[in-house]
Amino acid sequence: MRIFLALMFQQVRLGWRGGQTVLAIAFLFIAVTLLPFGIGPELRLLKELAPGLVWVVMLLTLMATLDRLFQADLEDGALDQLFLLPLALELVVLAKATGHFVVVVLPLLLAVPLAGILLNIEPVALPSLMAALALGAPSLVLLGAIGAALSVTVRRATMLTGLLVMPLYVPVLIFGIAASTPSAGGDGAVNAAGLGVLALFGLAALLLAPVAIAAALRAGLR
Amino acid sequence: MLKAVENLSAYYANPTRFMRLAGLLHAPVWGLALSVLVLGLYMASGVPDDYQQGATVRIMFVHVPAAWLSLFAYSFIFFASVTALVFRHPLGHVAARAAAPIGATFTFIALVTGALWGQPMWGTWWVWDARLTSVLVLFFIYLGYIALWQAIEDYGQAARAAAILAIVGFVNVPIVKFSVDWWNTLHQPASVSRFAPPALHPDFLYPLLVMGLAFMLLFAALVLTRMQMEVLRRRALIRQGARHV
Repeated sequence: MRIFLALMFQQVRLGWRGGQTVLAIAFLFIAVTLLPFGIGPELRLLKELAPGLVWVVMLLTLMATLDRLFQADLEDGALDQLFLLPLALELVVLAKATGHFVVVVLPLLLAVPLAGILLNIEPVALPSLMAALALGAPSLVLLGAIGAALSVTVRRATMLTGLLVMPLYVPVLIFGIAASTPSAGGDGAVNAAGLGVLALFGLAALLLAPVAIAAALRAGLR
Repeated sequence: MLKAVENLSAYYANPTRFMRLAGLLHAPVWGLALSVLVLGLYMASGVPDDYQQGATVRIMFVHVPAAWLSLFAYSFIFFASVTALVFRHPLGHVAARAAAPIGATFTFIALVTGALWGQPMWGTWWVWDARLTSVLVLFFIYLGYIALWQAIEDYGQAARAAAILAIVGFVNVPIVKFSVDWWNTLHQPASVSRFAPPALHPDFLYPLLVMGLAFMLLFAALVLTRMQMEVLRRRALIRQGARHV
């Protein structure tokens, strides 16, 4: 447990010191800023599209941050040390993924309301969007970590990781968008069924993804 | 039965023995594949025009078997990867890598012929309904798989990583299918009526089945040939003393 927490906090520290938090938020807002230039600044259109746009931008931002998860360790040799820890590799990667979640994904989630405002999101839709993103984020991080682990030995693997991870993200995105729509009634109540599915994905990812991630790391470093 | 399969696969795990068997099978499999293909095309050309779709219905005889093969090829890759990773069969990786571009091509053919069929029939090249979207995602899975093989320099490492990706992707394919189905019914009603093959008139069913068999044999011939090529390529590289095989 101590090792788990130590690994997690180390990931957080490294991410923060490496500027990953600020860079991720910056990327999010870069993408959000580019959108109205592309699709036009008409507020009505943006209001309709806002939840979907936020989801897609979040996914792309996450994809972009993934290669820092394992590659930095590979480069300085720390990855080999992770194998030697008395903690199971599956838990080790879970600790790193949790750390990544804390240092990159949580700040992004906190930035979402501002991004939503920039895209003229319906205020009533914001709680549902936040809830859906918050529940979907763990599975996104874990699924992304699978892609990051598979391409760990490839240099400049951002594009490759994105390609590997895209089919895994599609179901989460579909159910995430569905969950972001407030349930009928329009009073801002959250879509419980949709959120339930996202939570289910999160649990399944929590149980299964570390196995795949650890296997991928072992395959990469043997 | 299982023991027989085990013994057989263990016997042919030796690449030399495999190459000998492949060499014997090469001409017959290709001959059979091409003749069944010619037969299927002949039968398809003789099919009467559909009262609604006219002659464009003939695209079905390429489109549907291609779609069948796109899924079959991925299942093949999955089983080959499991065989290689779990049972450590050396030819499993070779088989999976050989099948990937073929599966991707069949998927691409399915998508393009579908678009060509859709334009006269539905009035649009593309629509984001459940089936099209999930086949498009399958195409991306193939691309990712091929890209991973090419990106990693070391053969053994690439093989293992690709095998893991194939297994993860195989689990994901039904999830994608199911979730896109759900998304489709949530956001847009299906404007396309699928015909169920068993309900197809024999005039259309038999050419379709023959074309399906032809594509399957074509797949077998292509995978066999590519496996032979892969073994030969690696042998040549080893003889040259290359570092990354």
